Amino acid sequence: MGNDSIKKTLLVTVVLSLICSVLVSAAAVLLKPLQEQNVKLDVQRNILAISGLTQDAKALSVAEVDELYLQIQPRLVDLKTGKFIEQTPDGLTVDQYDQRMAAKNPAESRSLTGGADIAGIRRQADVAKVYLVEKDGNMQTLILPVHGYGLWSTMYGFLALENNLNTVKGFGFFEQGETPGLGGEVNNPRWTSRWPGKEIYGAGGNVALKVIKGSVDAANPAAMSQIDGLAGATLTSNGVSNLIKFWLSDTGFKPFLNNLKAGDA
Amino acid sequence: MSVKTKDILLEPVVKNNPITLQILGICSALAVTTSMQVSLVMALAVIGVTTFSNLAVSLIRNQIPNSIRIICQMTVIASLVIVVDQILKAYAFDISKQLSVFVGLIITNCIVMGRAEAFAMKNGPMLSALDGFGNGLGYGCVLLVIAFFRELFGAGNLFGVEILKTVNNGGWYLPNGLMLLAPSAFFLIGLLIWAIRSWKTEQVEAVEFKIAPNTQFSEAH
Repeated sequence: MGNDSIKKTLLVTVVLSLICSVLVSAAAVLLKPLQEQNVKLDVQRNILAISGLTQDAKALSVAEVDELYLQIQPRLVDLKTGKFIEQTPDGLTVDQYDQRMAAKNPAESRSLTGGADIAGIRRQADVAKVYLVEKDGNMQTLILPVHGYGLWSTMYGFLALENNLNTVKGFGFFEQGETPGLGGEVNNPRWTSRWPGKEIYGAGGNVALKVIKGSVDAANPAAMSQIDGLAGATLTSNGVSNLIKFWLSDTGFKPFLNNLKAGDA
Repeated sequence: MSVKTKDILLEPVVKNNPITLQILGICSALAVTTSMQVSLVMALAVIGVTTFSNLAVSLIRNQIPNSIRIICQMTVIASLVIVVDQILKAYAFDISKQLSVFVGLIITNCIVMGRAEAFAMKNGPMLSALDGFGNGLGYGCVLLVIAFFRELFGAGNLFGVEILKTVNNGGWYLPNGLMLLAPSAFFLIGLLIWAIRSWKTEQVEAVEFKIAPNTQFSEAH
């Protein structure tokens, strides 16, 4: 039987495909548990890094992450009513719910158009997954998921608030694709360390927190809600300001924060 | 080690380098060289894929029908790349996040397929594996050289360790942002090719196309 006969060609095709598919599926199946653990651990580290429970979340071992993470309680919030819910309208619990997937599903999200979409995210999920750090039954820290468009990419991050619900405790992005060295500096710890202590809402109850161009003048009364801009990254800085404004105003978490303040969430 | 096997292993590093002489694999060399660590992992991934794809293709070379040989090589390469990608996701999650699609794109890296077609189809398994390893090594060396300059001058670091303290971190060094963008790799690879060809002048290619001077009419050569 020559190599170029039709029979041989079909035989080689079938056998080679079979061997390769066994190899690929074996790798995928055997390594899946480890990969899923990695993804979960990555999210938990990001939340811990923002929570203020640890100095360096990257240096924690798996066991330490597990232990610290016990203090963090994920909850679901209906953004329209601003109240905690136990299940999404589709019956998903907090462990099953994925806010990012929901934002893509028309049944679980709403479309944003024109002026309403200042963060450039097109669709917003109806239900948000927030994280509470509690101690002796009292909320210490509230961690809100935020995202919005910068210059090139949608930046995903967390904003942590003190229990007065107006002071920033921590801020950072865990996923962004901005220009390395310029907009990518949104991840620089020196920049994110300027956020804690800043206040979100101004006198009129509007979102005052924003990234300004240049450096903050400490003598200015508005300084307590202003963050230094990133040098050479005006559009990324604007993107951060916009997503903060979007997620903390009525379109985002403001009804929920008001309910929490009134003790009625 | 005989002279021949040594040549097969080491020639692709400088003398017959896949990037600087054959100008292959440029796309990924631009994309992943912003840091030494990521480049090293990418280099290891490519070395693994070229070695085992050459080995596998060489083992079955006498069975492959000529009419479907390219797709057979492709199937072997694609399977290996998926396995490498899965392993990285399981054991080097952070780096696999940074490499993102570029591990998957090793499938389309011309070096891998080029070696399978040009060498592994004609030589035995041992030599083919060595050839694959050598070419992966040649690719990896260039990656690390480019990454050295890009990470050092773009971020002030090497392997993530601070060498030049940048202004953003309270030091004196103002990083060159261009180094972190893809075009800088074009410049660096160009300079590297120039340097290698000045040293090893036999690599300089004969001019294939002459532009006729303006003053006289002539057919292009």
